[in-house]
Amino acid sequence: MTTKITINPVTRIEGHAKITIHTGGDGKVEKAFFHVNEFRGFEKFCEGRLYTEMPTITPRICGICPTSHSMASAKACDAIQRMQPTPTGVLLRRLVQAGQMVSSHALSFFHLSSPDFLLGFDSDPAKRNVLGLAEKDPALAVKGIRLRKFGQEVSERLTGKKIHVLGVVPGGMAYALKEEDRVALLDWIPEAVATSKAALELLKGYISANKKMVDSFAMFQSPYMGTVGPDGELDFYDGELRWVDAEGQVMTQVPGSRFQEFIAERSMDFTYLKYPYYKPLGFEKGFYQVGTLGRINAASRMSTPMAQKEFTEFRSLNGGKPVHGAFYHHYARLIEMLHAVEEVQRLLEDPAITSKDIQSKGQRNAYEGIGHTEAPRGTLFHHYRVDETGALTKVNLLIATGQNNPAMNQAVTEVAKQYVDGKKVSEGALNRVEHAIRCYDPCLSCSTHALGQMPMDVELFGPDGESLDHVIKG
Amino acid sequence: MARILLIGYGNPGRGDDALGWAVAEAMDKLGLPGLEVKLDYQLNVEHAFDLKGHDAVIFVDAALAGPESFEFRPLTPSDPATFSSHSVSPSGVLALARDLFGVVVPGFVLAVRGYEFDEFGAELSPAARRNLEAATAFLKQELTRRSLAAV
Repeated sequence: MTTKITINPVTRIEGHAKITIHTGGDGKVEKAFFHVNEFRGFEKFCEGRLYTEMPTITPRICGICPTSHSMASAKACDAIQRMQPTPTGVLLRRLVQAGQMVSSHALSFFHLSSPDFLLGFDSDPAKRNVLGLAEKDPALAVKGIRLRKFGQEVSERLTGKKIHVLGVVPGGMAYALKEEDRVALLDWIPEAVATSKAALELLKGYISANKKMVDSFAMFQSPYMGTVGPDGELDFYDGELRWVDAEGQVMTQVPGSRFQEFIAERSMDFTYLKYPYYKPLGFEKGFYQVGTLGRINAASRMSTPMAQKEFTEFRSLNGGKPVHGAFYHHYARLIEMLHAVEEVQRLLEDPAITSKDIQSKGQRNAYEGIGHTEAPRGTLFHHYRVDETGALTKVNLLIATGQNNPAMNQAVTEVAKQYVDGKKVSEGALNRVEHAIRCYDPCLSCSTHALGQMPMDVELFGPDGESLDHVIKG
Repeated sequence: MARILLIGYGNPGRGDDALGWAVAEAMDKLGLPGLEVKLDYQLNVEHAFDLKGHDAVIFVDAALAGPESFEFRPLTPSDPATFSSHSVSPSGVLALARDLFGVVVPGFVLAVRGYEFDEFGAELSPAARRNLEAATAFLKQELTRRSLAAV
């Protein structure tokens, strides 16, 4: 049975991304808010359905990271069936996960973020985009598109290019990898490695030349969280949740199934999205960062050689401790991109990858299941409860962008304090506020993409709540 | 015979946002020679790749506003939206194909008017369903009667 849940249309369609900046009596910025309009309604929509449908339905939450939703969902289903996927099922899941990480990070760096700093924050906004980048450095733009295409081809080769059929199912995967597709994907590796390394060199050069700006851009310290393997290595697919403090000390490391013991959520009046926080530190001090910087700062090491070399260099920036500052999300993202390419190669070279033993078959053996995985934007949780027929009675999704919401608000506030003054939001300030959000690569796409929507809305308020300036951009 | 690429996009789980997919799937079922159909959640930079080897491209999406039941219009390559919305406009895809790959392809958009975007579910609203029928009838006629590449 399909249940329809109606959500306020104005905030969702027009408020695709809304930022409010609040000034005090002295005209200086006191605080800023990034309003994310998430759809809690999806959880209600799913109730009453069979849990086995969820890996197919949940990618519809978001066309940006459908693989992650499908993966977390399938893992929750595995838990309900009390069943492990086959070894090849795990290899293939890891493969599509790594492919998604490459394509998502390539888009974020080459086409969304790099135009800001390669063309300049104060450059003509009409040119400060992927087309401007294509004009200034067409070779780089093409490399970026090809790298993204490589990441997408991983899942396309596995599923027959059916974008809406990802092939992730309870117990493993629905499709085996053919030998010719394995070979075709391996052919991409040298180019993908070269492009990933070139991107790292480009960014490191920029950071070196603009160290003062980078180190002061949305700079604040926080705990970090990510998934780690048995040796503390960063793991995109599976492992334990690890929180570290700003000094890098491990505060908690537990299986993902225990996430509710350590993460609580509080509703805020300015956004649909709840504010998750790390329970042991309480609401005021417990906001943490996930995603690229969260993972790289929480992990002890990388499991692939080239990424490990970059990881060591990165962490040396702060004496081996976590590196702070929103801009460093870009740096962490590129280390992960290189790691994901290496992971794709490692998995393709595993002799078991083309086995036909891709799925364990099972049935409901538990009434509850929790699945977690690392989406490009951070840790994603799916938590289901079912009745004896397997129908869902409760669905709870904790998404990465939600967990980074407090950090994004902090980042926007820091940048607004630094660059917004007086009664107008200047173009330069607007660009920098935008970029603070881009650092986190939030998924604002949990919404429709119909023609005619407004991508961004920024409003500046005075001390008495009067609107001083309002910019709608798109 | 013109080689035409038809890209239907949107979210099939979000009410009338499924219109782009619905039109594309209806056209795919016709099995018209020279017609290649793609589906996606949104347009992005990599779609610039897909234009290569085609004589025309038609983007089909749901529309929040605009003429009923649909609007069919030619496109001019232009800058994509600048904010990090992880998507590119149809005109932006044309511009990227031109600037990066030297591929200049006539482009058209079929914007089918939708009304209900705030509900999860695979059902189109009754009004959107009527618009879907009108749009598919129009597009079928366009694709079978004449070569869009010559428009």
